[in-house]
Amino acid sequence: MSFIKAVKLIHEYIHRDDDGNVDHIEKALDGVDLEMEPGEFVAILGHNGSGKSTLAKHLNAILNPTGGTLYVNGMDTSDARNTWEVRKSAGMVFQNPDNQIIAGMVEEDVGFGPENLGIPTDEIWERVKTSLSAVHMEKFRKHSPNKLSGGQKQRVAIAGVLAMQPECIVLDEPTAMLDPMGRRDVIDTIYELNRTKGVTVILITHYMEEVTKADRVFVMDKGRVVMKGTPREIFSQVETLKSYQLDVPQITLLAHELKQSGIDIPDGILTREELVEALCHLS
Amino acid sequence: MAEQDETMLRDMTLGQYYPGKSILHSLDPRVKLHGALAFIVSVFLFHSFIGFAVVTAFLVACILMSRVPVRYMLKGIRPILIILIFTAVLNLFWTPGEPIWQYKILKITRQGLLNSGYMVVRLVYLVVGTSIMTLTTTPTRLTDGMEKNLRWLNFFKVPVHEIAMMMSIALRFVPILLEETDKIMKAQMARGADFETGNFFKKAKNMVPLLVPLFVSAWRRASDLAMAMEARCYRGGNGRTKMKPLIYNRTDVCALGLLVIYLVVLIVIRIIV
Repeated sequence: MSFIKAVKLIHEYIHRDDDGNVDHIEKALDGVDLEMEPGEFVAILGHNGSGKSTLAKHLNAILNPTGGTLYVNGMDTSDARNTWEVRKSAGMVFQNPDNQIIAGMVEEDVGFGPENLGIPTDEIWERVKTSLSAVHMEKFRKHSPNKLSGGQKQRVAIAGVLAMQPECIVLDEPTAMLDPMGRRDVIDTIYELNRTKGVTVILITHYMEEVTKADRVFVMDKGRVVMKGTPREIFSQVETLKSYQLDVPQITLLAHELKQSGIDIPDGILTREELVEALCHLS
Repeated sequence: MAEQDETMLRDMTLGQYYPGKSILHSLDPRVKLHGALAFIVSVFLFHSFIGFAVVTAFLVACILMSRVPVRYMLKGIRPILIILIFTAVLNLFWTPGEPIWQYKILKITRQGLLNSGYMVVRLVYLVVGTSIMTLTTTPTRLTDGMEKNLRWLNFFKVPVHEIAMMMSIALRFVPILLEETDKIMKAQMARGADFETGNFFKKAKNMVPLLVPLFVSAWRRASDLAMAMEARCYRGGNGRTKMKPLIYNRTDVCALGLLVIYLVVLIVIRIIV
């Protein structure tokens, strides 16, 4: 059975004017159908306003669908009795690292989730320790979050979610506010968690380079899923992506341009090594 | 001028924790809260030299045990200096009794001299005594202690856990908001804002371009944080466990015992003398 299943998911934001009358209705999600399997690494791409963040908030039951249904781990998210179980099985990491760290010390922040779940003290310590070492932040356990870099803070936030032992982690543009170094750290950590611990990862981003190693990629535009497939399948359609205001990774773009100008190389080249390989096979 | 502002903002620290490893530092925060309360009571209990001597001995012992430089404790006296002088003068001239010095309607009595002396000592002790507590306890531990100590207020429908949570979140966001104030100030000064000149009202008015963006940003942070907390299954204090629960160990029990003895001795002195 699939871990996440959306059936004709709709979400409407209702904008009201000063008198409380409905001004206009904005359809952030417009009939989304998708399924994700346990242990998968799924990336969701989309331009600003494509509905990808709204979708993320549904996966954690922060927002409820105004139409259609969403099942997380077999539970209907619109049923209020499931809310806490849904949040337990799908943890969420947000964009701004400062605004999601609650405690004044790294280890206390990681312990915040388990505390809320009512886990016994000894086990909280155990979980804090393993989560911090999973994101390679055990050295900083006694530090104040204010003294950490953006990438480090974001890894603490990931550890905070891991400590709740969710089956799945949803990351809503976790690298949007980070410098290139921090970005790579965070992305490497997420891939490592998926590969070594089998955590299902849903990464929402608009950086193409981050999704080349994902199992599957969904592209969203105007509240709909417009493309589905492996990174290679997605990135071989350079022109379609451009129509959704998305850029392909630079290497893929270079390969595409080379092919356009008559050089015989395959579609959907994702890494520098692949391009070198393809070019060397030309004779 | 800009540099001055910066140092002003950086120097402002909330709470006044002085890091150390003394016995007082390691005590359970609840013991220290009880201790501060007992000390405040005791300061108003004594009215004789013996009582005064006992309270002084207790305070000196605490200062020595805390291993915090005395000048840190005296820092708290400066803001109350005016109140101190005012109390001293009032007590000195307006206490009825046997006069030892008189000039027209102004007279100083023996009781007045004694009263004003005691009052000053009491206020100074109060400040020093409570600052020993805040100097040896981190704000987080203090909030933890208060949450657990004041749990009985739940009976009166006071949301103790929620208040403690709010306090600790406020503590975490103080440095972040200070940094942000700094940034906004610079940005506004770069566009010609003036935070320095003019009288009080003009200065207050000039603060508007600083405060409005600061409030907007604080609001946005608050709503983000609330969402992040809910996403991590926060639902108030019910059914919550503690990563670092407060448990009295042997030293804490001894300290509590000493506090009881201290109070009993002072009450006995008060009754006998």
